[in-house]
Amino acid sequence: MDTALLVEKSILILILFALSLGIAAYQTYFERKVAAWMQDRIGPNNAGPFGLLQPLADGGKLFFKEDFVPANADKFLFMIAPGIAMTVSLLTSVVIPWGPDIVAFGRTISLQVTDINIGILFIMGITSIGVYGIMIGGWASNNKYSLYSAIRASSQMISYELAMGLSVITVVLMGGSLSLREIVEAQHGFNWNIWYQPVGFIVFFVCSVAECNRAPFDMAECESELITGYHTEYGAMKMGFFLFAEYVNLFIASTVISCLYLGGYNFPGMDYFEGNLLSVISILVLFTKIVLVIFTFMWIRWTLPRFRYDQLMGLGWKKLIPIALINMVITAVVIAFTRGWFN
Amino acid sequence: MSTVELIATILGGLTVGSALMVVLSTHPVRSVLFLILTFFMISANYIMLNAQFIAIVNIIVYAGAIMVLFLFVLMLLNLSKDTEPKTSVLMKISAAIAGGVLATVLVAALKDAAFETIENADNTIGLVEQLGMLLFDKYVLPFEVSSILFISAMVGAVLLSKKEKQIID
Amino acid sequence: MLIYFNFASQFLGKDMSSTVDYIPVIIQAAVAVGFSLATVFLVPKLGPKLHSRKKDMNFECGLEPEGNARFPISIRYFVVAILFVLFDVEVIFFYPYAVNFNALQLNGLFAVLIFVGFFLTGFIYILKKGALEWDK
Repeated sequence: MDTALLVEKSILILILFALSLGIAAYQTYFERKVAAWMQDRIGPNNAGPFGLLQPLADGGKLFFKEDFVPANADKFLFMIAPGIAMTVSLLTSVVIPWGPDIVAFGRTISLQVTDINIGILFIMGITSIGVYGIMIGGWASNNKYSLYSAIRASSQMISYELAMGLSVITVVLMGGSLSLREIVEAQHGFNWNIWYQPVGFIVFFVCSVAECNRAPFDMAECESELITGYHTEYGAMKMGFFLFAEYVNLFIASTVISCLYLGGYNFPGMDYFEGNLLSVISILVLFTKIVLVIFTFMWIRWTLPRFRYDQLMGLGWKKLIPIALINMVITAVVIAFTRGWFN
Repeated sequence: MSTVELIATILGGLTVGSALMVVLSTHPVRSVLFLILTFFMISANYIMLNAQFIAIVNIIVYAGAIMVLFLFVLMLLNLSKDTEPKTSVLMKISAAIAGGVLATVLVAALKDAAFETIENADNTIGLVEQLGMLLFDKYVLPFEVSSILFISAMVGAVLLSKKEKQIID
Repeated sequence: MLIYFNFASQFLGKDMSSTVDYIPVIIQAAVAVGFSLATVFLVPKLGPKLHSRKKDMNFECGLEPEGNARFPISIRYFVVAILFVLFDVEVIFFYPYAVNFNALQLNGLFAVLIFVGFFLTGFIYILKKGALEWDK
C-alpha cells in the first residue's frame, strides 16, 4: 500500500464520512415529509424552498443549545455515551462496495475503502458494539425511565442479532465468501439474492428494523411509557448525536440490505455499459435502492402500531430464529441436491 | 528495531495499559468499558498475525455479547453507594498476598519459558477458509462435543430463571 | 511501516487477504473517534450554562424523583443475555462452514446437520421450559 493509495483511501473515507452525516441529516427531513404525506399534512416548508434547509437549521441550533447534565448522573459516562453511539455508526461504511472501479487521474480507483476477507462479519461485529452507546447512556443518566429503556433496547438488539446472523449465513452459503465485494459481484445483472432468498430477506429486514430501534420495534423510546427513552436526560448536541447515530445506522442498514439481497450496484442490462459510465450508473442505482429501502423503513414506521415487549421478544426468539435456521438448512440441502452431491 | 517490532510493541503496550485500567478504575461500569477496549486491542493483535476470523469473532463474542452480559450483571446488582460492600484491612492484605503469589508464579514461569521464533510460518492459517476446513474436517468430533457443552449451559440458564419464580412465589 | 506492509503484500500476493487491508479501517476508526469525542467534549462549551436545583434533577414525568435509578432489574433480561451469548457462539460456528460449503461436500453437510440438531435440541429445551416467557 503506497502513499498515493493511502491518500486515495483517506479521501474516500472523508467523502463517505461527509456523505453519512449529510444523508443522516436529510433523512430527518425525508422522514418528516413522509410522515406529513401519510398523515395528510404539509411537513416542514418554511426554511428554504420546500423546507430543504430545515435539517441545517435543526443541526445548527443543536450546537448552541445549553448542554445539560443531571446532578446525580455519572458525568463522564454521560458525556461519552453519545460519542460511542456515533463512532460505532460511522465505522461500518468502510467495508461497503459503493460501485465498480473508476478510472481517473491515470489510476484505477476502487470505490470500496477496503475489501477485507470478513466484510460481513465486520458489520455484524460493529453492530453488536452499537448496544453500548444506548446502554451506557441510559444507565449514566440515573433516570429510571432511561434505565428501563436502555435495558429493553439492549435486550431487543441482542435478540434480533441472532436471527440476523442466521439469515446472513444463507447468503454466504450461496456466494461462498464473507467479502461484501464478492457477495455483490456474485449477484451480477439481475441475479439478485432476493429471488433465491425471499424468506432470508424478510427475516433480515425485520431484524434490521429492530436493530435500528425503529417502529414498530421502538420499545426503547416508546413515548407513552418511557418519556423519550434512553435519551430523556440528553440535550443539545449529545441528544443530536443519539438521533444522528440512529439515522446513520438506518442508512447503513439500508445499504447492507441493498448489497446482500438487492444486488448492490448491479442492475439488469449492465453489460451494455462499460468504463466510468457503468460506474456512475451503478452508484446511482445503488443509491436509488438505498433510498427505496429507507422509504420502506419510514413507511413501516408511520403505518404500524408499536409491539408489546413480550410480543417483540417472542417474535425475535420463537419465530425469526427457527425460521432463519430452517431456511438455512433447506438452502444448504437444496444447493447440495442441485450440485448432485447425493448421487 | 524493525517497523513490525515497533508496531507490535506499541500495540502490546496499549493492550497491557487498557487491561491495567480495567483493574485500576474504581468504577465497575468504567472497568467494563476498558475491558471492551482491551478486547479491541487483542483483536488488533490478532490482525497483526493475520488471524482475521479470530479477530472479528473475538469482537462479536467477547466485546459484543459477553460484555453485554457483564453490564447486565452490574445493573442487576445494587450499585448504590450505601450498599457497597466494606473491604476490611485483613481482606486487602490477603488480596495483596494472593495477587503477589500469582505474579511471582507468572514471572517465574515466563523467565524459564523459551521463546522460539517461528520461521516461514503459513500466514494464511488464521483466515476463515483454512479455519473452517480444520474445524469441519480434522476436528469435527470435538466440534460436535462442544455443542453438548452449550446445551448444559442452557440448562443452567433455565434453572436460573426458575429460581426467581420460586422467590416471587 | 508502509515499507513493511508493501513487502508483506508482495509476499502474500494480490488476492490473499492480509493485514494491510486494515490500515483504512484504522484511519476510519481514528476519524470517527476523533470527530465524536471532539464534538461531545467541545460543543458543550458553545452553549450557555445555568444551574438550579430543580433543573438539575432528573426528569421523571414532572414528578419529584424518588431515590435513584440504581435498582436491580428483572432476571429475565439476564437470562436472555446468557442465552444470547450461547446461541451467538453457535451461530458464529456456521460461518466457517458456509464459506467452505463447496469444499467440504457431503461430510461437512452431515456434520453441520448434526450440529443443527444439537442447536435445535437446546432451543426446544429452553422454549419448553419457558425461559423466554415474559408474561408468566
